[in-house]
Amino acid sequence: MDLFPFQIFSFNAKPGKEDEDDEDLSDSEDSVFSGLEDSGSDDEEDEDDEEIEQQEDGRVNVGDEQQEDGRVNVGDEQQEDGRVNVGDEHQDEYEQDSSDEEDIRNTVGNVPMEWYKDFPHIGYNLDGKKIYKPIRNKDELDDFLEKMENPDYWRTVQDGQTGRDLVLSDEQVALVNRLQRGQFGDLNFNEHQPAVEFFSSELMIHPVTNRPADKRSFIPSLLEKQKVSKLVHAIKMGWIKPRRVEEDSRGRYYDLWASEDPSSPVRHRMHLPAPKIRLPGHEESYNPPPEYLFTEEEKALWEQQDPSDRKLPFVPRRFSTLRQVPAFPRFIHERFERCLDLYLCPRQRKMRVNVNPEDLIPKLPKPRDLQPFPTTQSLVYRGHSGLIRSISVSPTGQWLASGSDDGSIRLWEVCSSRCLKTVQVGGAVKSVAWNPNPAVCLLAAALDTLVLVLSPGLADKQVLSSSERLLGGHQEAEPAEGAELVWCETEGEELRQGVRLKIRHPKAVQQVAWHAKGDYLASVMPDHSSHQQVFVHQLSRRRSQNPFRRNKGLVQRVSFHPVRPYFLVATQRSVRIYNLLKQEMTKKLQANSKWISSLAVHPGGDHVICGSYDFYPLFASASDDGSVIVCHATVYNDLLQNPLIVPVKVLRGHAITRDLGVLDVTFHPTQPWIFSSGADATIRLFT
Amino acid sequence: MGGTQKKKFERGSATNYITRNRARKKLQLSLPDFRRLCILKGIYPHEPKHKKKVNKGSTAPRTFYLLKDIRFLLHEPIVGKFREYKIFVRKLKRAYGKTEWSAVERLRENKPTYKLDHIIKERYPTFIDALRDIDDALCMCFLFSTFARTGKCHVQTIQLCRRLTVEWMNFVVTSRALRKVFISIKGIYYQAEVMGQLITWLVPFQFSHDHPTDVDYRVMATFTEMYTTLLGFVNFRLYHSLNLLYPPKLDSKAESELKEDSEDYAMDSESYLEKLSALSSSLARVVSSAEDEEAELDQFPVEGENVEMMEAREKEQRQLEAQKKMFEGLKFFLNREVPRESLAFVIRCFGGEVSWDKSVCIGATYEMNDETITHHVVDRPNVDKQYINRYYIQPQWVYDCVNAKMLLPVEDYFIGVTLPPHLSPFVEEKEGDYVPPEKLKIMALQRGEKSVEQQEDDEDDDEDDEEEDEDEEEEEEDDNDDDNADEEEEAEEKNLKKMEEQRSKSLQVKVTPGKVKAENPARLEQEEKAEEKRLAIMMMKKKEKYLYDKIMFGKKRKVREANKLAAKRKAHDDAEKAKKKKKTKK
Repeated sequence: MDLFPFQIFSFNAKPGKEDEDDEDLSDSEDSVFSGLEDSGSDDEEDEDDEEIEQQEDGRVNVGDEQQEDGRVNVGDEQQEDGRVNVGDEHQDEYEQDSSDEEDIRNTVGNVPMEWYKDFPHIGYNLDGKKIYKPIRNKDELDDFLEKMENPDYWRTVQDGQTGRDLVLSDEQVALVNRLQRGQFGDLNFNEHQPAVEFFSSELMIHPVTNRPADKRSFIPSLLEKQKVSKLVHAIKMGWIKPRRVEEDSRGRYYDLWASEDPSSPVRHRMHLPAPKIRLPGHEESYNPPPEYLFTEEEKALWEQQDPSDRKLPFVPRRFSTLRQVPAFPRFIHERFERCLDLYLCPRQRKMRVNVNPEDLIPKLPKPRDLQPFPTTQSLVYRGHSGLIRSISVSPTGQWLASGSDDGSIRLWEVCSSRCLKTVQVGGAVKSVAWNPNPAVCLLAAALDTLVLVLSPGLADKQVLSSSERLLGGHQEAEPAEGAELVWCETEGEELRQGVRLKIRHPKAVQQVAWHAKGDYLASVMPDHSSHQQVFVHQLSRRRSQNPFRRNKGLVQRVSFHPVRPYFLVATQRSVRIYNLLKQEMTKKLQANSKWISSLAVHPGGDHVICGSYDFYPLFASASDDGSVIVCHATVYNDLLQNPLIVPVKVLRGHAITRDLGVLDVTFHPTQPWIFSSGADATIRLFT
Repeated sequence: MGGTQKKKFERGSATNYITRNRARKKLQLSLPDFRRLCILKGIYPHEPKHKKKVNKGSTAPRTFYLLKDIRFLLHEPIVGKFREYKIFVRKLKRAYGKTEWSAVERLRENKPTYKLDHIIKERYPTFIDALRDIDDALCMCFLFSTFARTGKCHVQTIQLCRRLTVEWMNFVVTSRALRKVFISIKGIYYQAEVMGQLITWLVPFQFSHDHPTDVDYRVMATFTEMYTTLLGFVNFRLYHSLNLLYPPKLDSKAESELKEDSEDYAMDSESYLEKLSALSSSLARVVSSAEDEEAELDQFPVEGENVEMMEAREKEQRQLEAQKKMFEGLKFFLNREVPRESLAFVIRCFGGEVSWDKSVCIGATYEMNDETITHHVVDRPNVDKQYINRYYIQPQWVYDCVNAKMLLPVEDYFIGVTLPPHLSPFVEEKEGDYVPPEKLKIMALQRGEKSVEQQEDDEDDDEDDEEEDEDEEEEEEDDNDDDNADEEEEAEEKNLKKMEEQRSKSLQVKVTPGKVKAENPARLEQEEKAEEKRLAIMMMKKKEKYLYDKIMFGKKRKVREANKLAAKRKAHDDAEKAKKKKKTKK
């Protein structure tokens, strides 16, 4: 009973199909035409029982005629059997039953019909007989004629499965038109039916469906149980923490310093608070006074400078109103730099030296209290034509000797500035030294490799004769060790000029120095490599000796100690004191200067200075800026106390020539006078 | 003999310092975490005295921390929190990778957080310490509160900064602690005196920031984190010291007003903050009878102090009181183009009433057509409708008044008038410094000299000129001495030469009567003194000489700079005068 109506249905829908397939096919067919109708009928089923019975007796009609038409009458008249007659169901049923054997339904199923293109048949009927293609002998002309003659030509279609022509009925045409327009196939279907909401917001007293609840809705789920037990275990083990109570820790404040104990020890002693930002000056104002604005040059300079060298990190600008002030482009940068400073900069407490600069100037006794000292230039000795390297005053204080680069030694009378004698020696005189013994009148001079001993003859007879004795009373000169040194007497012109002795050295002599007794003479030949830098000559015996066996550095100056048998040698960095009797070094004095250039010993013998001491407690230093600085020095008997040195006067007078100013200074032996010789070929006397 | 040889770098300064990398390893922290820790704890590197010794003989550039500092960091609870956070991130990544969304959610809920309260307490053991260091905190919070809520940092941070700064401003208004204001090209500087501490902060102008790319916002954010905590606690304490409610509440009257016009704002909380930030109404107090009782200054005669000092102090106090009430009784109205927040803040700090157009901001208290308004702050060239009974002034007047500690004459600040220069109140001129004439004018006004302005101007100019001259003289003095000495010597030389020449021509010896040289004894004495000084300088020790030279160099430079400024000013004034003359001639 169940099968039967289906069969019929399928008969209606698709003739020539297998029963098994029918169900599906008819369904699909159904949905093609009026899918919703079917479901509608289902609903009907639910709603009323009477209808169900009706349907049972003839599924074909499915309620209404329209559907019947729409579905079934695909070519009803044309079919030979006249299978479906629209309208009368009973007759229809009968006819179908009776015309079963003549059924020409194609049983090929759902295969593409073009597979049969080359065959004479197009399938098989229910009996397994071939269904032959209808003989189509129409040509174009026939077709055309038919088109012209047949009024139904436009609604004639070819049935693909049987190959016959079908003429569509009016209803079918209407259906096709509706479908083409995208409308529902069913004419009666209301698209805009009000929807019945089953699951609405309104609470219903009855369940939507009548279906009894499932068993599984009563029994606790095993899977859930597993999951829960897993979570419980995780919580127990502390793997999952229970949800934290949301507390807004930020922005919740209280009195942090309530229990403030000012006496609590500060743990961090090394901590230095960060310095505050510098407060802005006038130049940072949006409307600064005009003098703070940059001029063009200043602006150009600012732009050229490296950002770290700039005095101001910004260019001062002026705006006439507050409204026009723009945002500062480097604001975030500056804040960020401050942050970096705070956590990256080492901090250090800088002690600001807050001293009054006047306090730094040492308190010195007034120069007036330390008089006498030379203050004014009184005489100028002119005559030399080259720079005057060295001057020396005779022990009596009456004569002044000077040696110059012009190759002459001049002897002057101090008081009158008159040149008494000029000795042409034919070479630049490096050093002159008057014999300090007042009983003799001798002068030593160094030029090139020679040391000359002159007897200027500027004294009374007794003195002259005693100096003659000193020069003349020599024994036969035994050859000096190392034959480099040659003593020779002078003759002729030179003798007439007063040059008495010549000592030829192997190298250029820089300096000569007398011993206080006047018998010994030391000469210096500065040389880095040789140990023969210093020679000591004895006049009375015409003998020379080299006191040092080893080279201890470049010798700058030598000097005899005024009272004790000491010999002082100044090298570049230190002063060595040798005992001449014991022939050993007694002391080495380290000077904290880079280069010792001169050396002098205090007449008392306890102090050594790089300058020149004299009878007066004064010494003087010469400098290349053309000035002579006279200093007053007090030495104390207590040797631990440092000598007090007070500069008392700066004397100027020499002109600077060839970057050289004053080359030599010397004091008058008895008066507070000072002589200075300069590169400008003059000797000046300051009194 | 005997004894083992001592190893190098195992004692002394080498053991007191630790390099940054080693410190990091010791703390087992990544570099960003280490940086964060240092910022929060206020640890900074140290420069050892003997770098080579500390660096174990190497001269490579390294950053050194004190070992003690690092040890002190070792048992900081926050280090543990950092590690927790690291683990949290790892777990979260893992959960994401496995797409376990429930786990992600759960982890997110349990995100580890940390508090900085104990660090604040540790770094600032007393409240005064905290106040002393609040400058940077304020600057930073004011900057962050102006950030747009986009991406650069958390929105909550910005909101919190805004809240804290508004609270701070409200406190300053209530306590009337503001002292100085300065509009610079960078922003507006404020200086307030809170509990005897001078606190200066800088507020940027209200513009959106052009965020630079070479700035590490993480560093700034860490600082802000610390600063917000600090500022919050400070605010709390300050509010309580004034018997104010914290978090701040508007007083009842203002609150009822707020209810009326709060419909415009979507969120109640938002409107409350806005209302607070409008600064137009006073705050609720814990004790409702909140009349400001003026505490008389107690007089404790201190032994060491004489009467004069006491008097001076009292006078200062009186002046301060007067300054605090400077704007009292004045009613201001702010036009819409002026910086509302800054002006409202300043005016309210000195007791003035202030309002603005309703559409500018919430919290306007009266309308523009109020007849009782005394000052209308305008920053545009002209105004359409002017009321007769009020002054139309430019905003600079308010700021200049604050800095001058008195109400300045309004004539210079009318609409369309070229404003007088705005001077920095932070500059304190010492002797010999350059003082701009405008400052002199204000100082004269403060002293109570109210003469005709033109006259004053002239006087000022004269004074200036004199000063300049003096400066120049000072500068040249030293040189002069030398020159003089030289000149004299030259003269002498010439004389000598002449004499010699005469001598050489000794045939016509002539005796001419000598002229008595007129000698100025004062000058001679001065010269002598200068020479003495020079000689004494010669005898200075090397070290002292160096120092002396340096000081003198600095002094000379200062004088030079002052002279330069004065000269520039003079040139400018001359140019202006010339222009004026031209105009009048035409």
